[in-house]
Amino acid sequence: MGINWHDFFIVGNPLILGSQIAILLTMIGIVAGVSYLKKWKWLWREWLTTVDHKRIGIMYILSGVLMFFRGGVDGLLMKAQTSRPEMKFLDAQHYNEIFTTHGVIMILFAAMPLLIGIMNVIIPLQIGARDVAFPQLNALSFWLFFAGAMLFNISFVIGGSPDAGWTSYFPLAGKEFTPGIGNNYYAVALQIAGIGTLMTGINFIVTILKMRTKGMGLMKMPMFTWTSFVASIIIVASFPIFTVALALMTFDRIFGTHFFTLSAGGMDMMWVNLFWLWGHPEVYIVVLPAFGMFSEVIATFSRKMLFGYKSMVFSVVGIAFLSMLVWVHHFFTMGSGPAVNSIFSITTMMIAIPTGVKMFNWLFTMRKGRIQFTTAMLWALAFIPCFIIGGVTGVMLAMGAADYQYHNTLFLVAHFHYVLIPGVVFAVFAALYYWWPKMFGFMLNEKIGKIHFWLFVIGFNVTFMPMFFLGLDGAVRRSYTYSAESGFAPLFMVSAIGAVILALGFAALCYNIYWSARYADRNISNDPWDARTLEWATASPAPFYNFAKLPEVKSVDAYWYMKKHNEGLTLEDNEIKEIHMPSNSGLPFFMGVVFGISGFFLVFEWKIAALVAMIGILAGLIIRSFDYNDGFHVSVDEIKQTEKAWRGNDKGVNNHVS
Amino acid sequence: MFKKNYFVPLLALLPALLLSGCDTKMLVFDPKGPAARDILDLINWSLVFMLLVVVVVFGLFGYIIWKYRATPENKDYEPPEEHGSTKLELIWTFIPILIVIVLTIPTVKTIYKLEKVPAGYENKQPITINVTSADWKWIFSYPEQGIETVNYVNIPAGTPVKFKLTSAGTMQSFWVPQLGGQKYTMNKMETKLYLTADKPGEFLGRNTNFNGKGYADMEFTVEAKSPQAFDKWVKEVKTTAPKLTEKKYYDLLKPTHLGRETYIGTHLQWVDHGKMNSKTYTNPELYEVHGVKGKIFKDEEPSKKTTDETMNMDGMDMTDKSNGGEHDGH
Repeated sequence: MGINWHDFFIVGNPLILGSQIAILLTMIGIVAGVSYLKKWKWLWREWLTTVDHKRIGIMYILSGVLMFFRGGVDGLLMKAQTSRPEMKFLDAQHYNEIFTTHGVIMILFAAMPLLIGIMNVIIPLQIGARDVAFPQLNALSFWLFFAGAMLFNISFVIGGSPDAGWTSYFPLAGKEFTPGIGNNYYAVALQIAGIGTLMTGINFIVTILKMRTKGMGLMKMPMFTWTSFVASIIIVASFPIFTVALALMTFDRIFGTHFFTLSAGGMDMMWVNLFWLWGHPEVYIVVLPAFGMFSEVIATFSRKMLFGYKSMVFSVVGIAFLSMLVWVHHFFTMGSGPAVNSIFSITTMMIAIPTGVKMFNWLFTMRKGRIQFTTAMLWALAFIPCFIIGGVTGVMLAMGAADYQYHNTLFLVAHFHYVLIPGVVFAVFAALYYWWPKMFGFMLNEKIGKIHFWLFVIGFNVTFMPMFFLGLDGAVRRSYTYSAESGFAPLFMVSAIGAVILALGFAALCYNIYWSARYADRNISNDPWDARTLEWATASPAPFYNFAKLPEVKSVDAYWYMKKHNEGLTLEDNEIKEIHMPSNSGLPFFMGVVFGISGFFLVFEWKIAALVAMIGILAGLIIRSFDYNDGFHVSVDEIKQTEKAWRGNDKGVNNHVS
Repeated sequence: MFKKNYFVPLLALLPALLLSGCDTKMLVFDPKGPAARDILDLINWSLVFMLLVVVVVFGLFGYIIWKYRATPENKDYEPPEEHGSTKLELIWTFIPILIVIVLTIPTVKTIYKLEKVPAGYENKQPITINVTSADWKWIFSYPEQGIETVNYVNIPAGTPVKFKLTSAGTMQSFWVPQLGGQKYTMNKMETKLYLTADKPGEFLGRNTNFNGKGYADMEFTVEAKSPQAFDKWVKEVKTTAPKLTEKKYYDLLKPTHLGRETYIGTHLQWVDHGKMNSKTYTNPELYEVHGVKGKIFKDEEPSKKTTDETMNMDGMDMTDKSNGGEHDGH
């Protein structure tokens, strides 16, 4: 038993008590609201059981934004605690839990679902498909991710959060040094979410390889599809490593093995290696799709095709290849010896070469273009200088000998925030502004969008730029306090102020979503940005079958080609045929619930209960094996009606940007 | 304090100022020994090229988005279809390759250099100091002098010091930024680090690798004394300090915060945590999170027998139900 009953709920901390009350009230509010509006059936039929890639994508995005909020609050608490020396706002244990959950949530439960969500919505549309290859598996991926995320999130009110850092280094993360169940949450929740991610990777590889529409050769795929494809391959290559590492961690903590422990011959360095063998490719899993999003946005708003498409593809593949060969740079200071450190310094610096190629290709895509400063484009533009700072400091960190001075300091923390925030968060924002009309049928407000943009970009730089200097002055990461004599106080203060501006930026996004949902013009065309790829060839929002007639591709930027040559833009009645679509299923949702419950029991080390709950998983697999429902057909009349609603009538916002 | 330093935050907004090297106060930019100096040379070398990259890309970026911005005048301008340019793409493949090569050579050289006694000190006999990190303190053993210190280390200036690093428990990292780079300390592992102080002086050292509640306070001081002063200090310790007993040493390994301590004799006579098959000393029952104590799963190797629990000295008593991370023992 890993816990005392009277410590089941974490009590005695006003912050946590407040959150407990807030969670309770929110839950009551949601249940009451749905009941009042009589929407339970609708919720179940349209969302919880859906296998539609666009709806699954939207659920991913919604959870991602929620988790981004949660991780952001963690970040703000950390910034409040370090804003002054010897601050008494959080104690060490609480701070340790918060930076751990901040890291895990931001990477695995915010960045990943936001990117996978956008991939889900856009990829099938971009390749001219009607859904992903395995729609029900896709729903299962989402519900497993969601179960993992929720399990991880309740940790701070029930039983205590993980507190060994998002890297969870052993021996610290073992039972000898971190008792309680906090790190069980890490091992189990990440395992469940990780299985979901692995299945997503497989699903997208198959989708992109097998479901492309007629004429779309590999070298005619949009760049976002390419980068998502490569990211999926990295997922399939690296997530199994994490699965194994987490399983061993679970055995160590719950079943008493000694893979990584201090006693009985465990090897803590093995954890570090396994973790980063997954952990470094993971960085590219999140950043590559983001590169793809920037490519789409920059090409569209420069009104030019992507410069050097081929070299872009090669550099993406090159980055993916190198990503598996650099993990040791996370621990140059482990004393692996000069030869090992030299080799990994070189492989790491080599990543700068394909990344540099991409950078210049983006710049030259804009050259001779006609650059429109929409909000989506602003994010892509801000990405370039911010990411360059992240990139050059990355090269500095890659130099093994110099890393001895940067390692584990705030210099490193500043570096990876300069990579991940411009590289991933800016990309997600760009993508949301850009693809919002395709998802919801209305656009986000450009004016509020620009407020969001400026607050966020300025706040980001003010928060993280001082950290480079703090790090070089000897300030280390993960330290909950520092002395007044250290002289760190002013820069920490600046950084805290920046974090507030950053938070205001996020608030502006939330307000923008609210405002636009209420007041934005619903009367928009299928192609409000005058864009280039196939997702814009169908209605906004896209009908559930995506395309009435699957388009034919003749060149890169297929839709641009169709528009220029006036081909395939119209739809004759006799071209419409019945469409075969997959049926909804409650099974993925059920599996998510069962996985969540089994995981919860396992976290609390109630092994028998967990075993019993796992029978549910087995039952789900059996039910699925005997499921002979192979979908339904959409009638010609229904398609005709849906298509008529958006085709042909000259709508107000045909070309949103002048 | 804040007012006096109001310009420091402003500096932070101007990274260029760092590159011009005028803020020499930052520890990494203020080396006091050959190892730190070698690394700083490497850092400065890299900064030149990084600055070059930043200037070129920022310049190009600013030029392009200004020149090709959409204006009402160029409303009818239709950008050309342009697939790319092999020549240009080759150029921006090879220039980064060149930069990487230019950075790789000194990097590899420095990596190898740091593993050896620093240049200029080869004919000096290095002294050896064993560093053992424990939760949450640093233990320094002088096998040649036969003394042991806690949370501070005195070294002779101008003499290379061979630090043999290991840990009694969690993984930690030994870092004295003004003397050189850091290295991990790990249980049942020994890592080596050569540091040398050019002149007498006091330097801050600390753990950089997170290891639980007491991590923030895991600092120590390195004092470089002139060789004469160092010898004098050793003699003084030999006459005044208490003797280190085995029991006292076990107490040191408990998760506590301690001030400076000095002993005659070293713990190496009982255990060297760096040895592959050394005994494991953990006190899981002294770690407590949310009311739960740590534990070790049964294993053939006996964990530390609990010594007399009443002997809880300098540090705080971890066995009470403090249920949180407050440690006021410092």
